[in-house]
Amino acid sequence: MDGDGEELTAQETALYDRQIRVWGADAQRRLSKAHVLVYGMKGTIAEFCKNIVLAGVGSLTLIDDRLVTEEALSVNFLIPPDENVYSGKTIAQLCCDSLKDFNPMVRVFVEKGDLSSFDVEFFGKFDVVVVSCSSRSAKKLANEKCRKASKRVAFYTVECRDSCGEIFVDLQDYKYSKKKLEETIECHLKYPSFEDALSVPWSALHRRMSKLYFAMRVIEKFEEAEGRSAGDVSDADLSSVLKLKKELCTAQSLNESHVPDTLLERLVADTTEFPPVSAVIGGILGQEVIKAISGKGDPIKNFFYFDASDGKGVIEDISDSNTGK
Amino acid sequence: MASSSSSVIKDAKVLMVGAGGIGCELLKTLALSGFADIHIIDMDTIEVSNLNRQFLFRQSHVGQSKAKVARDAVLKFRPKINITSYHANVKDPDFNVDFFKQFNVVLNGLDNLDARRHVNRLCLAADVPLVESGTTGFLGQVTVHVKGRTECYECHPKPAPKTYPVCTITSTPSKFVHCIVWAKDLLFTKLFGDKNQDNDLNVRSSDAASSSKNVDDIFEHSKDEDIAQYGKKIFDHVFGYNIELALSNEETWKNRNRPKPIYSKDVLSDELSKQNGNLDNDNACGDGLSVSAMSSLGMKNPQDVWSLRENSRILLEALRLFFTKREKEIGNLCFDKDDQLAVEFVTAAANIRAASFGIPLHSLFEAKGIAGNIVHAVATTNAVIAGLIVIEAIKVLKNDIKSYRMTYCLEHPSRNLLLMPVEPFEPNKSCYVCSESPVLLEINTNHSKLKDVVEKIIKAKLGMSLPLVMNASNLLYEAGDIEEDMVAIYNANLEKVLAELPSPVTNGTMLTVEDFQQELKCNINIKHREEFDEEKEPDGMVLSGWTQPVSAEDNNEESVSNGANTSDAPATAVESENDDDIGIVSPVKKRKLPDDSENSNTADDARHHKQLQVIDDEDDLVMLDGNLDGFKKRRVS
Repeated sequence: MDGDGEELTAQETALYDRQIRVWGADAQRRLSKAHVLVYGMKGTIAEFCKNIVLAGVGSLTLIDDRLVTEEALSVNFLIPPDENVYSGKTIAQLCCDSLKDFNPMVRVFVEKGDLSSFDVEFFGKFDVVVVSCSSRSAKKLANEKCRKASKRVAFYTVECRDSCGEIFVDLQDYKYSKKKLEETIECHLKYPSFEDALSVPWSALHRRMSKLYFAMRVIEKFEEAEGRSAGDVSDADLSSVLKLKKELCTAQSLNESHVPDTLLERLVADTTEFPPVSAVIGGILGQEVIKAISGKGDPIKNFFYFDASDGKGVIEDISDSNTGK
Repeated sequence: MASSSSSVIKDAKVLMVGAGGIGCELLKTLALSGFADIHIIDMDTIEVSNLNRQFLFRQSHVGQSKAKVARDAVLKFRPKINITSYHANVKDPDFNVDFFKQFNVVLNGLDNLDARRHVNRLCLAADVPLVESGTTGFLGQVTVHVKGRTECYECHPKPAPKTYPVCTITSTPSKFVHCIVWAKDLLFTKLFGDKNQDNDLNVRSSDAASSSKNVDDIFEHSKDEDIAQYGKKIFDHVFGYNIELALSNEETWKNRNRPKPIYSKDVLSDELSKQNGNLDNDNACGDGLSVSAMSSLGMKNPQDVWSLRENSRILLEALRLFFTKREKEIGNLCFDKDDQLAVEFVTAAANIRAASFGIPLHSLFEAKGIAGNIVHAVATTNAVIAGLIVIEAIKVLKNDIKSYRMTYCLEHPSRNLLLMPVEPFEPNKSCYVCSESPVLLEINTNHSKLKDVVEKIIKAKLGMSLPLVMNASNLLYEAGDIEEDMVAIYNANLEKVLAELPSPVTNGTMLTVEDFQQELKCNINIKHREEFDEEKEPDGMVLSGWTQPVSAEDNNEESVSNGANTSDAPATAVESENDDDIGIVSPVKKRKLPDDSENSNTADDARHHKQLQVIDDEDDLVMLDGNLDGFKKRRVS
């Protein structure tokens, strides 16, 4: 992923003019050679895909074997609202057609299969893997496979529910440069895996930790314990979710006020994505992936939260080396 | 949140101004969020460089109306909603206060200060809430303006375009941007622009003094003059003779590096005439804008930095192409960043001048960015900002005043925040736009004409387009659609000195100015003053009590042709290589108040400003830690 190789073509320079002015021709060349995989085509991922296709990545591979539902259609602008074109096509196939149209210089592919069915070699073909709509254990597994690949694969998870969003980032051992005043300084960050980050004891986290972090873990745990797929919860589950919260807080010695019932209520009651929040999260995620590919700019380490109800977009660092601060 | 808001969203009628980078994202997000009656105004047509982020547009749409294509594209995935598009300027009289009154909220995705001010005034007059936004690179912001509740867009100073002292441009450039301004505003304009415009280039040739022939202007091109010869003459004059002339003024170079004169024969030897003679048959296609000196000379990569020799060849070839292929436009050309040949000419001229002054040379790509004031733009920031606009618009529709926020999208997190919400400020009680507070004009009433006040103050500074001027009940001037006999009287008044008007304007007079289209009325208190500093107060008048742009008073062109061009006046403007679009405000610039005490507001206001003040060093944004304490208090957790 170094910046050498061919020059940008005149066509690329003209199309990408405004963004080359932001991140440079070198970063643009790296982008055009990067391969990105996304799993789970919900509204937030659709936003993300639009952003990186416009930015000009080399290729984008989509996986989502579901057929179109009313809900999928309502939040995903890549799916045309015309049943005649569906004819047995999966959501990934439909999105692929729309995305190709956005930027003819980006190759867009579709793969089929469940996340757990892909092996290390498969993940190793990509520079970036983004996972959504999956259980906690499926994400962990995919993250482990990415870490075993022969080259570094940047791994992200993203979820949006109601007016809240979460991004997780694992760049493993990451070196990048940034400009400070006149100098360019080399930076080095060590990321924990998804599993390692989640196993940091709650009591060791700093006091002002985003409440969304805990709330998302409670719901994840609930879905897993009940054998539900990601996002398959409703109002009816609220009392069980609140009960689980109590248990988890006790086990982790965390004051329950860090996981407000009202927040859990929102996340359980409305699991559909709120389009403005998808735009925000999809934009931030797109930017992070561009940073990781180009090696320019401070990346998020290692969680990002946005809640439209307070408007804050917060970065949280949850790793062994960074506890108790 | 989504479900609880659905009825206000479905019933809302919203106006979007701008269908560009933010506009495309915004229209998509509004449609997905359930908005069903959206009106969108944009006067622009689609260009290739829009396609990397304005995702509703395709190559095949280049040249078409942005508003219309955006509408059609969104209707493809949301066919059942209503979108009305207007391919028009928001400043058109059709979009009057009554037009604005039909909307529940107005959402701005604009790219210039002028239109933003105009929309702000119409929203105030129509009493419709405004959600304002802007992005540049990774930075962005969204603000909410509700009459009487929060500050209006003009309550606080906005950054203005950078200006440079005239002598820096004409005699002592020290940065590449100075060479660009020289190449664009002086040389390019002199050769291809309006001949009657004031220009600070020295036009007297070396032999004018000695020869008996009266050569007034070396730039005059006579019909029978060989174009290659003419090109060399201009080259030698501006890069050779004029530099020699400047060098003769020893005083200037005491503490500076002496520039080196450059003559065409030294850089190009004798190959020049041969080369240019052979090039006549290529790229002769009819379309003027496709003519290119780079392609005639077989140069492809706009990222390359050309040698002095290459720059000289490009310069002469571009000049030749203008005179042979685009002859009809000469005399009417204005520099346009999308005009390839103009960009080539300006790049080459700026580079040759830079070489002369020992300033590093730049590629065409870089030069184009500086010359065209190109706003750095990426899709992701626009997407984030559009999401935040919709979140804010929904709060406005629900009248959820306590939750209104202005939000900054930062490049580097501040206290872990990448998106930073701040409570909106209260209206500024001394804002002449949203509270009827008078402004003060110091002026020499025995010298200055009414015309000066109308042009330099009422139009340029107060931003009115069709003003009416009254002294008590006497009408002095009115612009726009008026009867012919009145036009004559008003034109006569314009030429009169203030104190000699039919109803004299003297020390202590209060003028009332009004713009009916903007429904804005403002009082100007006149204070007579004899003397003005020519360098610091070039207008010969000083306006206070208004929201003065932060960094400068005028734009490049005006400053450069300001007149006095010899003295070493201190720069009044902040210089920066990174000349972002006006009106696009990083948190930084927005809250920085000039030290001038006359501009200060209430003590309380000033305190808020301090909290938000940040340092801008080049393009790196650094928050001042100490000042962030204020933030913490204001934020709701």
